[in-house]
Amino acid sequence: MTTKYPRAIPDRAPRDYDDIPGTYVMDGDHSRRGYALNMFCMSLNQEANRDAFRADESGYLDAYALTDDQREAVLQRDWLGLLRLGGNIYYTFKLAIFDGLSMQQVGASMSGIEAEEFQQMMIDGGRPIEGNRTLADHGATPAEERY
Amino acid sequence: MAQIIGGIGTSHVPAVGAAIDHNKQNEPYWAPYFEKIAPVRAWVREAKPDVCIIAYNDHASAFSLALIPTFAIGVAATFPPADEGYGPRQVPDVAGHPPLAWHLAESLILDEFDMTIVNEMSVDHGLTVPLSVMFDQPKKWPCKVVPLCVNVIQYPAPTGNRCYQLGKAIRRAVDEFPGDERVLILGTGGMSHQLQGERAGLVNADFDLAFLDRIVTDPAGQSAVPHTDYLREAGSEGIELVMWMIMRGALDEQVREVHRAHHVPTSNTSNGVIVLENA
Repeated sequence: MTTKYPRAIPDRAPRDYDDIPGTYVMDGDHSRRGYALNMFCMSLNQEANRDAFRADESGYLDAYALTDDQREAVLQRDWLGLLRLGGNIYYTFKLAIFDGLSMQQVGASMSGIEAEEFQQMMIDGGRPIEGNRTLADHGATPAEERY
Repeated sequence: MAQIIGGIGTSHVPAVGAAIDHNKQNEPYWAPYFEKIAPVRAWVREAKPDVCIIAYNDHASAFSLALIPTFAIGVAATFPPADEGYGPRQVPDVAGHPPLAWHLAESLILDEFDMTIVNEMSVDHGLTVPLSVMFDQPKKWPCKVVPLCVNVIQYPAPTGNRCYQLGKAIRRAVDEFPGDERVLILGTGGMSHQLQGERAGLVNADFDLAFLDRIVTDPAGQSAVPHTDYLREAGSEGIELVMWMIMRGALDEQVREVHRAHHVPTSNTSNGVIVLENA
């Protein structure tokens, strides 16, 4: 796996979408965990904020109530970790845009392959649904996938 | 009275907008997609809509987690392109249609759809890419627009059925609007794609083609498909397809399929377009 952060254990009853592999549904549980992180990302929509973040990344983050893990994942550009810590891709992608990355580069990072390989996979028709519907397809239980 | 002249479902992939903005339509990667949508552009030129009602979603541009309306309708005279992190897209401002938008807002709320009314908002690629898909690169967009912004990022998005029923309520409202506007309705987003996580890059062309069939012939059946089926089968961002149900609801029960296109990939997305007329 490409991140040291485990998949969070939801603070709610299990749901039917919990066994979709590699998928972080932005439900209330996830949204609560990631609010400050996502709002930091959102702030990068404004040029003045991008300039301020560029000048002093760590200092800029002080204005947001991030956990230590979230702060580190931002500074490390741990794209998969950011999702596991409550991020949503539309928000975390603001940080990728800031870095000049494409969605395909970020997709490659999150799925643990090289960007060229990801690009070719898309040209070849994308990641197939067969074998990717459920955690069982991946040979994992929800608990195992967390680590 | 105003009339609905047809409906278009289309993906709203940002890379398509960038390809148009940077004149890449003839490059090998893009040419096949743009060849496939040429008949769509021809149909729109002929149809000459005065106004487009565009169901789309905002991608952390005008709205954020600070405020998450399920259905928001833009009633302003102008909607500027949003800065999504790159600086605003260099496309014309979008002209609104305040009289129709207010009529829709009032009619829909009295029809028990609790719309959020928006006087000031920017519009991101979710709305401007479909305009580029239809109109290419005009100096000024050739029609007015009523933005209908749907939350599909924060779970749960409205159900497919709620979207379908909203479309029907939009139809009732348009049919009662005292004007002679020719109204085109768009449902945008999708088709199958997953941007996030270890399953990024997921495409399910079989799901997409079945969706295109069912939205024509069995919209009520398609509107009953639960969220988890979209999330699992069409990818986490494939849930955007519920917005196509708004478009379909605004058309007659029986429709004629004028054109469809399906192309994989455009960036990370399975791209679909369909043009429907009332039969």
